Amino acid sequence: MPNAFWCIVEDDRNGSPKKVMAEVIGEAARLAPGRVEAVWLTDKASDAGLKQLGEWGASKVLLLENAAFAPYRSEVWTAAAADLARKESPTAIFAPVTSRQREFVARLAAKLGVGLSADSVRFAMEGDKLVATRPVYAGKLLSRVTWAKSPWVATLRPNVFRPADAQPGKTATVERPSLSAPGAQMKFVERREEVSTGLPELTEAETVISGGRGMKGPENYVILEELGRVIGAAVGASRAAVDAGWRPHRFQIGQTGRTISPKLYLGFGVSGAIQHLAGMRTSKVIVAVNKDPEAPIFKIADFGIVADLFEVVPELTKEFKKLLEK
Amino acid sequence: MKIVVTVKQVPDTATQVKIAADGKSIDTTGITWIVSPYDEFAVEEALRIKEKRGQGEVVAVSLGPDRVKETLRSCLAMGCDRAIHLNDAAWSAADTLATAKALAAVIKQEAPQLVLCGRQAIDDDMGAVTAQLAELLGWPCAYWIMEETIDADGKAVRAARQVEGGLEVFDVPLPAVLAAQKGLNEPRYPTLKGIMGAKKKEIKDVKAADLGIAAEPSQLSIVGLEALPARPPGRIMQGDVPTAVKELVRALREDAKAI
Repeated sequence: MPNAFWCIVEDDRNGSPKKVMAEVIGEAARLAPGRVEAVWLTDKASDAGLKQLGEWGASKVLLLENAAFAPYRSEVWTAAAADLARKESPTAIFAPVTSRQREFVARLAAKLGVGLSADSVRFAMEGDKLVATRPVYAGKLLSRVTWAKSPWVATLRPNVFRPADAQPGKTATVERPSLSAPGAQMKFVERREEVSTGLPELTEAETVISGGRGMKGPENYVILEELGRVIGAAVGASRAAVDAGWRPHRFQIGQTGRTISPKLYLGFGVSGAIQHLAGMRTSKVIVAVNKDPEAPIFKIADFGIVADLFEVVPELTKEFKKLLEK
Repeated sequence: MKIVVTVKQVPDTATQVKIAADGKSIDTTGITWIVSPYDEFAVEEALRIKEKRGQGEVVAVSLGPDRVKETLRSCLAMGCDRAIHLNDAAWSAADTLATAKALAAVIKQEAPQLVLCGRQAIDDDMGAVTAQLAELLGWPCAYWIMEETIDADGKAVRAARQVEGGLEVFDVPLPAVLAAQKGLNEPRYPTLKGIMGAKKKEIKDVKAADLGIAAEPSQLSIVGLEALPARPPGRIMQGDVPTAVKELVRALREDAKAI
């Protein structure tokens, strides 16, 4: 009997799984129907959150609930999860790419002595082996990788995999494995919240607007934010704009910034340098607006307008408003 | 304070990469090699710590073939004191775990108080070695750090890591491993004096046997590289701005169903 596909739960730090978990669970269920288990390390899980995991298709939730798990520290999570993995021998361990999961599963793979495929965008079973596909070299090539032994540890790029459809009423059994009290080396001092823009987070947003050098200055990003509010989009920037000091680094999309894969990407005054493409080329639909018809971004764009963004953005905001009011 | 910085040599972002005849690696002909950008943040931070404390030693370590010497030389030119080159054909197909094992072995020999790494190398983009190194050493680890301050007696580092929605600040006891994120600092350019001085600094070659590491197959192996699937040709919306915008909104709604 093959063993479970674990899905490590990414939560909102308030007891509920993030919606990216529907994608992770959905993909695990496609590869291993009926063998999907959610593993949740948290200080507090809500009943609604546990119910949600069941409706997405987890047959079991292994709940590791302990005050020591928040805030996340790699040494604490790894010790607990590795103990459980040795007992349960999962076939695979999946997690979404988030700031903590990317570190955690790498550390866990080292503790278990197995391979890791980070930022995977596709999986296929080939015989009894799992093969993962992941972008490499700034997204210019795809690499297909496989594991010498299980558990096959992988992180999944958000917004790429088809989310599981929630099945109301479907429930997961909840087990609370006993665990040795994990000892922390790191001492939490404080959390500094970013000034909220009121717009979605870049890596989680289904629609992302990006402003490049063509924005001409920091003061002009308000027009992108206004468009963002109308269509519910995150607003990011290219490296050129960040390096010019127009936007803080956390908004940078690209190789030395965030990797995004939204359903819709809209680039304004973005030239499309390779290092920017590295961070957004797996977006499903790409729209480019640039005065320069030779801008490289037009080569990968699905739709383009060759015009001054300062004329296009207000017009686009107006048209979207009309459409969404209908 | 002794600090080890791990660096990787990678193809320049702007370089065209082609799949080699074996189908699993890239053709390295004509490639421009650079220090992975995040590793430069790590080198810069190590040098700043040394300068601020007025003493210490910064050792750059890299794993790879002979050409990696250039990368280590660049680190020496920036100001690192010496370098270690993990140079052995046994590591030619090393995955992140095999790389972390080699680095951990050399770090155990060097016994630094701090290890600084880049957030990820921009060739295979795994971003895993830092965490795996911390696990193999049994040390704490902070990822994607935007700032750090080491306390006066060198016992702990206060590090702020970037997470969704903000920064989380921790006191991390030393020795520890930190992964540098962009924004931590602005790396310096080597001075002419630095470049000249680097020629006299030591780059020590280390083989797997020197570290007592037995050859073992990688846990993760590459089945093959493939080119990106071609994107269908795009459509440029014609007409004046109001016309083009109306058509774009219609196409996004009706053809692409993206809004």
